[in-house]
Amino acid sequence: MAEGNGTNGTSGPNGTPGGAGSDEPKSKISVLLEDSKVVKEKALEEIKALKQPEKTDLWKSILRVKHDETPRSRALGVLSNVFLHLHPAKINRDAVAYNYTWGMGGMTFYIYITLVFTGTLLMFYYHPSKVVAFRDILYLEHDVPFGKILRNMHRWGAHMMVIMVELHMFRVYLTGSYKKPREFNWVVGVLLLVLTLLLSFTGYLLPDDQLGFWAVTVGTNMARATPLLGHDGPFGPQMGMTAFNDVRFGLLGGSIVDSNALLRAYIWHCIAIPIIATTFMIVHFWRVRKDGGISGPAPVMLESEIKEPRKI
Amino acid sequence: MDLHQLWTILSTPDNVPIVLLLFVIPFYTWYGLRQSFANDRLIAQLEKDPVMAKTHHRKTQPWRPGWAREVHVWPYLLRIEFLAAIILTVILMVWSITLNAPLEEPANPTLTMNPSKAPWYFLGLQEMLVYFDPWMAGVVFPSLIIVGLMVIPYIDENPLGNGYYTYKQRKFAIWTFLFGFIALWVSMIVIGTLIRGPGWMWFWPGMTWDHNRLTFDVNRDLPDIFGIKNRIGKILFGGIVVGIYCVAAWIGVHMAIVRDAFGKKILARMSLLQYATMQLMLILMLSLPVKMILRLVFRIKYVWVTPWFNI
Ligand code: HEM
Repeated sequence: MAEGNGTNGTSGPNGTPGGAGSDEPKSKISVLLEDSKVVKEKALEEIKALKQPEKTDLWKSILRVKHDETPRSRALGVLSNVFLHLHPAKINRDAVAYNYTWGMGGMTFYIYITLVFTGTLLMFYYHPSKVVAFRDILYLEHDVPFGKILRNMHRWGAHMMVIMVELHMFRVYLTGSYKKPREFNWVVGVLLLVLTLLLSFTGYLLPDDQLGFWAVTVGTNMARATPLLGHDGPFGPQMGMTAFNDVRFGLLGGSIVDSNALLRAYIWHCIAIPIIATTFMIVHFWRVRKDGGISGPAPVMLESEIKEPRKI
Repeated sequence: MDLHQLWTILSTPDNVPIVLLLFVIPFYTWYGLRQSFANDRLIAQLEKDPVMAKTHHRKTQPWRPGWAREVHVWPYLLRIEFLAAIILTVILMVWSITLNAPLEEPANPTLTMNPSKAPWYFLGLQEMLVYFDPWMAGVVFPSLIIVGLMVIPYIDENPLGNGYYTYKQRKFAIWTFLFGFIALWVSMIVIGTLIRGPGWMWFWPGMTWDHNRLTFDVNRDLPDIFGIKNRIGKILFGGIVVGIYCVAAWIGVHMAIVRDAFGKKILARMSLLQYATMQLMLILMLSLPVKMILRLVFRIKYVWVTPWFNI
């Protein structure tokens, strides 16, 4: 504001009395008013800039690329985002319609994420111990804020995931998407299906109620009949299997479904299988991209166009 | 007709997914096959008209020259994904608000639940226990289902139908999957959930689940029907019958493949290993309905009785 005419810093309204005869010395109020006008203008300008948040430095620092309406920046918006870069920049125009993929793979993944989320919240209230496990569920149902809906969402989400993963497999089969070059991704998918079922099954025991207890009893009783490795299975006794050293014993950590089984189910359910399944999902998505993206809808091929099989 | 019983079964919270399956599976089967048939019509048209085949974009979806074949993921895919996520969340929320997850009495090893059922997605395996011994139903078949699914891409030598719905070009493959998935897997789950009551007895929909019901099924073994008494005779006889079944199923599957010229062409492309694997899987798969009929209709428990295992 005031011109600095030196380093002494004493120049002010009274600094040059001779030259400012016509100018009334400004009152402090009017200076303040003028200053506030400048601030106001500045604020208005900044508010105007807020209407284009993508131009701010903050925005740019988060998203790393500048945004404008060009195909390039649309593509970069996807490719340079850690979550979205799972996707290619562009895809087959017909593949975005619901009717080809039924969206089942993506929706399975989304439900899996909600299950991880609700499951983590449930873990805050659940102790995998025979003494309190059942009471923890009662506590969740009756006392924990939103505990009931939390448990319900986890339960029904699990059912939905099983249904959706089967439907996903169904559509992959119907579109022949397991064919070259996607054979191996189908194998990864089958592993994911098995892991999904195992996740659901290990979770079933955790409430420690009659339903889970007998379901797991029925389920693991089959393991005692494993050929060679179960004490009730063909050639099991000949292999030296008893109720205390066969596969079922290994699964349950005992010869009956008891506290060890509960702890084992808990660890498989909350730690081991989620890690394994997540790993396979990463591989699965990676392969979808590396195999040339989603398989179709591809142009139909005619019988007359079949090439001779390659001889090895 | 006990409607109350029917309602009790259908409205058990854990059975809701199965009721859902009853609608969802037929819907998506229809939805997929409808697109298959649409493509089949296009294929027939193109096969008749080679000139059209050269110029056509070969999809049932609309396309005009000048349209880009690819679209940007943002916004065309991402907006659908966001929408799907929101809709799914809403569905899950509404379902969770309206229906409570089941919680029974605390686990009690001395008080058996009757019927005690596995979770619904394993009910197919539990239902299989009726027809096969646990080592088959609980261990061998599940492993074979997993392995069988995994080998599908490696034995399907049909190059057609890669990335589009079609029925005509993959008849055998489609029928195999529909049979395995819907006729066996899904319908066994439905039987296990809706039909099997106390004592794992068969109750038609609408019948009362009578816990005191007794059935006097006399389940016989096949060798006994033929009056074979001694052990060696039973082992040999069972082995022969199972062998005959395998050969018959093998021939049946083979005939189904070579029914038309296209099937023969695909067969010629398969290696012996591929062919043998496919036959093995299909023969084992077919043994389930065969055993079901033997058991449910003819009341035959075992075909092959040996001191080590029974089939
Ligand atoms: C946790 C389970 C699974 C998740 C989260 C998952 C996710 C996905 C996603 C997001 C895609 C992209 C296309 C789409 O949405 O359809 C996909 C494709 C694919 N999935 Fe899965 N999937 C799972 C299980 C399976 C299973 C059980 C199979 C088969 C047995 C399978 C086989 C495939 C194949 C072959 C593709 C490529 C399809 C194509 O290119 O058209 N997946 N999966």
